[in-house]
Amino acid sequence: MSQTVLRMQGITKVFNNVPALSGVDLELARGEVHALVGENGAGKSTLIKIMTGAYSRDAGTITLEGKHVDFRSPQDAQAVGVVAVYQEVNLLTFRTVAENIYLGREPRRWGLIDWKRMNADAAALLKSLGLEIDPRATLGSLNIALRQMVALARGVSFGAKVVVLDEPTSSLTEHEVNILYDVIRRLKEQGTAIVYISHRFDELYAVCDRVTILRDGKLVGTRELASLEKLDLVCLMLGKRREELRQGTTAFAKLELTPAGGAPLLRAENLTRGRRLNDVTVEVARGEIVGLAGLLGSGRTETARAIFGADPIDSGSVYLEGRPLGIGSVGRAIAAGVAFLTEDRKAEGIIPDLSVRENLTLAALPALTTLGVVSRSRQQAIVERFMGRLGIKAASADQKIRELSGGNQQKVLLARWLCRNPKFLIMDEPTRGIDIGAKGEIQALVNELAESGLGVLMISSELEELVEGSSRVVVMRDGNCVGELRGADISQRTIIQTMAEGSASDQKAATEG
Amino acid sequence: METTATVSTTRRSGNLTSRLGDFGPTYGALFALVLLVVANAIFTPYFATLSNLWNVLQLVSATVLVAVGMTMVIATGGIDLSVGSIMAIASAAAAVSFGRGTAVAILFALLTACAVGAFNGALVSGFRIQPIIVTLATLITGRGAAQVISNGGQLIPFSNPGFEYLGKGYIGPVPVPVVIMLAVVAAGIFIMRATSFGRYVLAIGGNEAAARLAGVKVHRTKIAVYAFSGLLAGLAGLVETARLGASDAQKVGLYIELDAIAAVVVGGTALTGGRATIVGTLIGALIMQVITTSFNMGPFGLNPLPYSWGLVFKAAIILLAVYIQRPKLA
Repeated sequence: MSQTVLRMQGITKVFNNVPALSGVDLELARGEVHALVGENGAGKSTLIKIMTGAYSRDAGTITLEGKHVDFRSPQDAQAVGVVAVYQEVNLLTFRTVAENIYLGREPRRWGLIDWKRMNADAAALLKSLGLEIDPRATLGSLNIALRQMVALARGVSFGAKVVVLDEPTSSLTEHEVNILYDVIRRLKEQGTAIVYISHRFDELYAVCDRVTILRDGKLVGTRELASLEKLDLVCLMLGKRREELRQGTTAFAKLELTPAGGAPLLRAENLTRGRRLNDVTVEVARGEIVGLAGLLGSGRTETARAIFGADPIDSGSVYLEGRPLGIGSVGRAIAAGVAFLTEDRKAEGIIPDLSVRENLTLAALPALTTLGVVSRSRQQAIVERFMGRLGIKAASADQKIRELSGGNQQKVLLARWLCRNPKFLIMDEPTRGIDIGAKGEIQALVNELAESGLGVLMISSELEELVEGSSRVVVMRDGNCVGELRGADISQRTIIQTMAEGSASDQKAATEG
Repeated sequence: METTATVSTTRRSGNLTSRLGDFGPTYGALFALVLLVVANAIFTPYFATLSNLWNVLQLVSATVLVAVGMTMVIATGGIDLSVGSIMAIASAAAAVSFGRGTAVAILFALLTACAVGAFNGALVSGFRIQPIIVTLATLITGRGAAQVISNGGQLIPFSNPGFEYLGKGYIGPVPVPVVIMLAVVAAGIFIMRATSFGRYVLAIGGNEAAARLAGVKVHRTKIAVYAFSGLLAGLAGLVETARLGASDAQKVGLYIELDAIAAVVVGGTALTGGRATIVGTLIGALIMQVITTSFNMGPFGLNPLPYSWGLVFKAAIILLAVYIQRPKLA
């Protein structure tokens, strides 16, 4: 490898006695694009923040071009050319492109801003990146992609030796992504080292030279991408050994997108939303638990939210019992019998200051209300029934939900939907962050409900949960459905293989050797 | 033994403080009110008379009417600065339409106030403009609109005994504004405790994203909350106008939004939304009014103190209330 620009060694960071990073190494070479990958909680952003001076480290060393550095703030890091460009662009909308690029260090002449030189410098800089942007244009007149390029140009203008791109493509269209790739290529030629954070495999393989994988705050390893198979990359991210996966005899499951017999309970057809969802089709039959697998950012949650009407989509349709559901209307989805247990309990689930009673019956209120007045007795009956049935442990129904444990909060949220007697239930990471006991109870309950006819779509990052719980598993990658597994074909091995290599269009033989 | 005892004491006192923290907002305010009333009753001459009681309640009635609506708006995580201007609009609208009959004039004024409130709500929920900005704009334009309606902000005197009954009449010994106030407080309590609407208000203020995903009609609820606030402000405007016997679009309801917000905060409703107490708001408004009245009467047998000292005292009460309610760690 050519000369090293930045080297981080033994980086450790502890938050409230919980280690977020322990002994992580990262080495960036001149002119390389270095991917940084990992699932939730792997420590990517902590590492980046330490690299760019936003966090201090608890242990470890950082050297820039052989010299020890100790950044106290992002400004320190910028001054020597280590810059992060975040996905939310932090720029001034009503100022010009040139002003944004040189904000805080405008070229001066006789104490005043030298506009002529600033605009000329900005123009030269943008040109060197292959961007045709007028430096005098107001930033607000540019689209998101170009604004992001301006942010990138600002980073480069610090004489960047290291530029961090955090999910740079998440709000870009296909065409705009290509502009970004061009800029990245130019930066490479100029010798800049780029750290590229993304969940999309196609991008990693398109632009990156090497990849560093983190898991649970630890370094898994650094590899050359050209010689790393996707399957190996997935295994490294999830912490599974490839040898484990080779065991077993069944070949790769054949792709089949029709459900087992009969008209489906729910059919979501050709859901498309920018680059997040691309022509996703999912079917769930009555009494079936369908697992939705995929790495972070693969479009699992987006699919669920599109079906529930929580997010708008560009095209596609959803049918429940053959009747179309209004797209983008949570109200109509709920009225039709769809329920959605969110992955983010705190941000989108509980109403923290309300009691267990009110949280539990929130979605059922229309049915409990006559002329605007809630029937206290009917509400109480439901609350008692479901607190008993789900074994919700609370001091009383009047206890505030925020005082409950995660597992009990999740049970209340599940009860919020079950008391509406839904036909179709979407569960996004239903057992994340809850204790083992509650986890088992929730899983058992869902099984029981499915047996009585409920259709379930279950998203999970835990492969065990998908393997044990699902009668069918749909696998997603980069916003596409890339495969479907059923029955005996469902195993951790097949799921990982499909995540890595399964593809609706070009299905190559997945088993090596 | 001794160690155990110490530990349990510590824990109990921890419990006690956290309990006080929980009850602080409502019971703390009630305690403060009782203290103020008792102290004044003993030490301030003529404070503990029936006529003074009705006087205090009558003076506070407009603020309470506005503050009940304000409590609900704040419970959704919003704020309504426009209530004073809406009072002026209602006042002017009624004054110029008495020719068509008293009932028509009242109805017209209330509907107008309600519509202005609904407009606030539509801007807040539909266009996602911050409530403080939307209602600030309405505060400014509303006062202007009221003066346009009343021919350039002239004082419009009128003689309409039926209407003036709203502000000057008595039912038995009780002034009509006080009756209206108590009825509205009762309605507010009922709405927050018994209806699904009240629950939606709290759910939206507590966690809007979660409420939306649970099927709560967020837009509709917000529009309704601001419309209700507008309606109550309109009612307050009519009561004030009736009490004065004239419509003064420049003065009616001036700065009442600040009194109402102060009453809500002192009463224990969280400005962040999600928690609300109508009773607390009533208590908060009474605390403020008792302070004003007693300072005017000469508290504790002293000479009447300048109004400015009353303001300082009120400010201290507001800060104390916010301090008690501050978010607790863990």
